[in-house]
Amino acid sequence: MNGPQDLGGQAGFGPIAPDPDTPVFHAEWERRAFALQLAASAMGHWSIDASRHARESLHPADYYASSYYAIWTKGLERLLVRHGFVSEAELEAGRALTPGAQPKRVLRAGDVPATIARGGDFARDPGGRAAVFAPGDRVRTRVMHPLGHTRLPRYARGKLGTIEATQGFHVFPDTNAHDGGEAPQWLYTVVFEATEIWGTDRDPNGTLSVDAWESYLEPA
Amino acid sequence: MPHDDDHDHPHGSPLDDLTARVMALETILTEKGLVDPAALDALVELYEHRIGPRNGAAVVARAWSDPDFADWLRRDATAAIASLGFGGRAGEHMRAVFNTPAAHNLVVCTLCSCYPWSVLGLPPVWYKSAPYRSRAVIDPRGVLAEFGVTLDPGVAIRVWDSTAELRYLVVPMRPDGGEDLAEAALADLVTRDSMIGAGLARTP
Repeated sequence: MNGPQDLGGQAGFGPIAPDPDTPVFHAEWERRAFALQLAASAMGHWSIDASRHARESLHPADYYASSYYAIWTKGLERLLVRHGFVSEAELEAGRALTPGAQPKRVLRAGDVPATIARGGDFARDPGGRAAVFAPGDRVRTRVMHPLGHTRLPRYARGKLGTIEATQGFHVFPDTNAHDGGEAPQWLYTVVFEATEIWGTDRDPNGTLSVDAWESYLEPA
Repeated sequence: MPHDDDHDHPHGSPLDDLTARVMALETILTEKGLVDPAALDALVELYEHRIGPRNGAAVVARAWSDPDFADWLRRDATAAIASLGFGGRAGEHMRAVFNTPAAHNLVVCTLCSCYPWSVLGLPPVWYKSAPYRSRAVIDPRGVLAEFGVTLDPGVAIRVWDSTAELRYLVVPMRPDGGEDLAEAALADLVTRDSMIGAGLARTP
């Protein structure tokens, strides 16, 4: 979606604040917000794509005014309500009021190291489905403005690029964030000249790549 | 924790609001048996004290010291990194990109905050912030200058926008002058920012 998260190329956000020795967390609530996100996701009721979509679906004014873990928290609240684990009344009251949906599983402390060490696996068996493109192929990214989740940034739509690498057969976020399931596709690294994206007044010596699913691309 | 209402500021500071909001969420989820507070403690402990950029620095130091490892890292970063004991969440599909005298790599996630947790830990605030996410793609040279990095104009900059579940580790160039250093000492030259491409390795 053309939401507030799609930041590439936007202007006006001011200077970066480099911080070589930044602490991992800046407040106790950040620690808890981070851990709540991971523990709630470990119940197994939504994908990482759905989590990202919940965050980018915040009102743009709210998204830009919120710090990182505040965005996470607001997104998590929406997912918990949508899946019936928590009610709006409970969020208002700050305590449990009524029984809710039952989780598939609950992450226990003893399982945390193994769960993190295992991670997720986003690659699937292509089952004989051949990749349409090969390294070196010229491609054009599709012009599209989906209302749902997508991982093709606006700046990279309708642009001419080159397939640099085939990266595996991966779960498709555009469907997986919603009700369309994993619908895996071939994934490619597509490299563009910086001038193709930003115009000729930009660094003529620069290149930029995105990782793009096959349906984002057409032959050029 | 005592609740200290300040009636001159009915909405409190943002920090107070968020503290209350996150505490409320934890209370609800705990009362409902959906999260185990001890698991939350364990997650924080893991990412605050165990998984961080020293992991990535060990990978880079090995690549600097061992050409065979560097070659493996280039071909199959996930496996090469796993051989040092690092992997799992947000590091399942790793790619290592090598800086050279002719080309400098810079990693960003314009759409959210994708970052190689298994080797760098959780991202710094600036990496997740709108200024970096908006400008790293359109003005990488200007962004690098804000980090105090000035590259020769002839050095090509390659920006990697992490739009999928691939996670990128930049292998900075090995600085001159450390020829006699052991791997552990080399790792001390590898900063977090240098493995994002927003910095260079320290000189010994």
